[in-house]
Amino acid sequence: MKHTAKRLASFLAGVAFATVAVAETELTVYTAVEAEDLARYAETFNQSHPDIKINWVRDSTGIITAKLLAERDNPQADVVWGLAATSLLLLKSEGMLEPYAPAGVENLDPKFVDGDSPPAWVGMDAWVASVCYNTVEAEKLGLTPPTSWKDLTDPMYAGHVIMPNPNSSGTGFLDVSSWLQMFGEEGGWEYMDALHENIARYTHSGSKPCKLAASGEIPIGISFAFRGAKSKADGAPLEIIVPSEGVGWDMEATAIVAGTANLEAAQTLVDFTVTKEANEMYNSGYAVVAYPGIAKPVEHFPEGLLDAMIDNDFEFAANNRAAILEEWQGRYDGKSEPKS
Amino acid sequence: MTDATDLSELPAGPTVQGKLSRDDIMMRGGMLVIALYLVITLAFPLYAMLSKSFSTYRFELAQYEFQMSDEDGVFDGTILNGAELNEQTGAFDELDLSAGSDGRIGVTGFFPEFSFRSPVMYQIRNTSDTGRFLVGSKLEDGTDWVTLDSNTFRRVQLRPMESTGFGNFINYFSTPALFNSIKNSLWIAVVSTIVTVTLAFWFAYALNRSCMRYKGVFRLIAMAPILVPSLLPGIALVYLFGNQGMIKELLFGASIYGPIGIVIGSVFFTFPHAFIIISTALAVSDARLYEAAASLRATRWRTFWTVTIPGARYGLISAAFVVFNLVITDFGLPKVIGGQFNVLAVDIYKQVIGQQNFEMGAVVSVVLVIPAIFAFAIDRLVQSKQVALLSARSVPYQPQPDKRTDTFSFIYCAFVGLFIIGILAVCQFAALIKFWPYDLSLSLNNYQFDRMDGGGWGSYFNSIKLGLLTAVFGTAIVFFGAYLVEKTNGFKTGRALFQMFAMLPMAIPGMVLGLAYIFFFNNPSNPLNAIYGTMAILVICSVTHFYTVSHLTAVTALKQMDREFESVSASLKQPTLKLFSRVTVPVCLPSILDISIYLFVNAMTTVSAVVFLYSPKTSLASIAVLNMDDAGDIAPAAAMGMMIFYTNAAARIIHLLVSKGVLTRTQAWRTR
Repeated sequence: MKHTAKRLASFLAGVAFATVAVAETELTVYTAVEAEDLARYAETFNQSHPDIKINWVRDSTGIITAKLLAERDNPQADVVWGLAATSLLLLKSEGMLEPYAPAGVENLDPKFVDGDSPPAWVGMDAWVASVCYNTVEAEKLGLTPPTSWKDLTDPMYAGHVIMPNPNSSGTGFLDVSSWLQMFGEEGGWEYMDALHENIARYTHSGSKPCKLAASGEIPIGISFAFRGAKSKADGAPLEIIVPSEGVGWDMEATAIVAGTANLEAAQTLVDFTVTKEANEMYNSGYAVVAYPGIAKPVEHFPEGLLDAMIDNDFEFAANNRAAILEEWQGRYDGKSEPKS
Repeated sequence: MTDATDLSELPAGPTVQGKLSRDDIMMRGGMLVIALYLVITLAFPLYAMLSKSFSTYRFELAQYEFQMSDEDGVFDGTILNGAELNEQTGAFDELDLSAGSDGRIGVTGFFPEFSFRSPVMYQIRNTSDTGRFLVGSKLEDGTDWVTLDSNTFRRVQLRPMESTGFGNFINYFSTPALFNSIKNSLWIAVVSTIVTVTLAFWFAYALNRSCMRYKGVFRLIAMAPILVPSLLPGIALVYLFGNQGMIKELLFGASIYGPIGIVIGSVFFTFPHAFIIISTALAVSDARLYEAAASLRATRWRTFWTVTIPGARYGLISAAFVVFNLVITDFGLPKVIGGQFNVLAVDIYKQVIGQQNFEMGAVVSVVLVIPAIFAFAIDRLVQSKQVALLSARSVPYQPQPDKRTDTFSFIYCAFVGLFIIGILAVCQFAALIKFWPYDLSLSLNNYQFDRMDGGGWGSYFNSIKLGLLTAVFGTAIVFFGAYLVEKTNGFKTGRALFQMFAMLPMAIPGMVLGLAYIFFFNNPSNPLNAIYGTMAILVICSVTHFYTVSHLTAVTALKQMDREFESVSASLKQPTLKLFSRVTVPVCLPSILDISIYLFVNAMTTVSAVVFLYSPKTSLASIAVLNMDDAGDIAPAAAMGMMIFYTNAAARIIHLLVSKGVLTRTQAWRTR
């Protein structure tokens, strides 16, 4: 009898212990990473940390940013993993991020780490603008491939270019912000005035111009290199052009949301996001990652993309965002009639 | 008859106050509960939205103080106030100082001699706890002095403070891009209304006033667009008339992206709504009027204008306003095919999702509500004027076979039917093509929703769940509410108020309701905050959004039941609830089933009501269509749209079978 009791007690203890061991901390992680990559990210993380369960909340950059800002006084997220740095700067300026220096952050390219100490956010990978050019359709229309941003203002391309609307797409905004940085304030707007004459329409999302180019709906789509490489791998007759003046970029970054109830688990996750292993994981979709020296060439990624990346001033982008968007809307969104 | 003056001279008698029975109290209590539901899910959120539209952001310069050192970095203690500095330098005017929540302005303009190379040091502080400024991107909200060198000082950005006023509206109406949308929205709505009502009228006319064949089939086809999200025709139009379109030559070089696309798509998705209303109006007609016209030797043309049209005028007006309202509040279609043609509903989306400018989103919502309420009010007014066309002496009109009319009707209906079937067929075709237009082989690749951005197959099952929950809870709430409001004794004011509340949801566009829900339910101080981001909020939003039509259906069914039932049950000392469950519900079962299928289908197809409210765990099929199209995955979007169609069609068939079964079991009393 005594024996049984003892056994039962140890059994119960075992059960209790087992429950503790599997007792999962659940982290709500907001992200704008493409859906197809998320499962892989969580799986890789859980290989080393089976005790933390990630609940993804995924949407496009704008929506997730809107969501986070809307929840300013009642944050639902524990961690943001994979959101544009421009958005994270916005959150930082609202005091919504918990500064934390993850273990091993010193291994990363400093360009990818927030300047403050401890950093409010840490970069993962870069996401670079490119032009998707449909060779089949362009040939039908007798177009020659552009080599620079300025080329795109050639009247030859009138009505054959699509770009994302910066008011609803992060990719659209990084294009606009890069032109303003490269060509100067005045030159940038002059350039966009000229480009606007050739734009067929502005899309709401950043990947759509490239997908439209891939399906031949339009010969030229201003989008980002990652999307172009994927569509090309799917068999679309695309050429991915890196304009010679340089290309804008934004990075995906990670941060802890201030006020999280699971700070320890959040820190564990962020520690993981800067490891070599994690960066190798990002590398399968992004040619440029924060951890130097591990990037392998990604299939169909255009050559020379790394060198073409401009010296992006994220603070400029974040602090002038509202003013730039207002100006853009006044100039180009007011025209109601579509161009054919 | 006593003279009125005599009456007034009589002394006022004691007011007779009927004693409330337990049943009465219970019913009034129940009514209050459901009224409370409407207040919480409709009135409060709308109020929250309205107040949000008046919440502006301003730079309060008086809240900042500065100090400037000499060349050696020594401060002499002179404190300069931001507002005074601005007065002296004129750096910012009034309009500059009103901003969005994300606004920021630099401060170097206050110091004309500023150079980032100079060794002069600066100090800045907030004078109160509410002041906020950034150094670079770091938030400073304390009241201590922050000392900065010149080069860092240029990175200082002031942040605006929340206040209230008409600032947002002034801003809105002074932005031509936004203001233009009002014109665009009205234009689109008017054109679509004229086209749809005309097409639907002749279609209904052919079905009701000719002896052509296959009427049942055409009726079915005409109802099909109700089963798909409004943005689906947009996707089909891209495949038909886009730059790689199958028959783009038909547009003669015009672009489908813009008003043309929106109008064609709107005609498609509003057609069944207009058709039902007009068909009902044409279904009943007094044959004696036509006989009179014939005996007066009126031509057919004249008879048409003097008998047919006046008879159907209420239906036509009602249909016109319903279509107008649907088009002006629709969001999915202009988003998919609108191109650069901005409309109000898409503006709300862009303000909220693209720019996170919730205040401006609220302003556009308020602007959008105005025409919607206006159209709704006129519709109600017209409906209340409608009198019964059929009296006891009427002879129902029976169409006579006429070869020419019948053939012509058939050809016309075939064209409309072809248009509707064609749109759906194109979507199904697009969904099965591997890679349009380069690889035309058939494949099921586009059904691998889990590989696309948009929610995957999970979103499809979520939609079914939402549809079922909305149908079950919605029907229960709506029918019970309608019962209480119809059958409660006395309590006139309360009942009238309830009726008004029940009518209101129809006037509120889905997007506006969704946005209002964000403001109300995502407020941390709201005890109902927990439902934000769950399936519950989607169900509540859907029930509220589709409340009015369901309520009207229920009321119509209940009106057919004599109030004597209540009296009888009361005199038999039976509780009302027993009567409700034993008699009322079984008798009204056909209507109850109608309400539930209405709620199910609409919950499956709505985009606008839920686009702000879904969370990744509760992503929906209709939202997946929108998002996949947004990401450029147009074929999978079409595939998902057709999944919604098949599901709704199946639900309809089940509904039909169940209704039949139920009818034979519970409605036997109707036949003798």
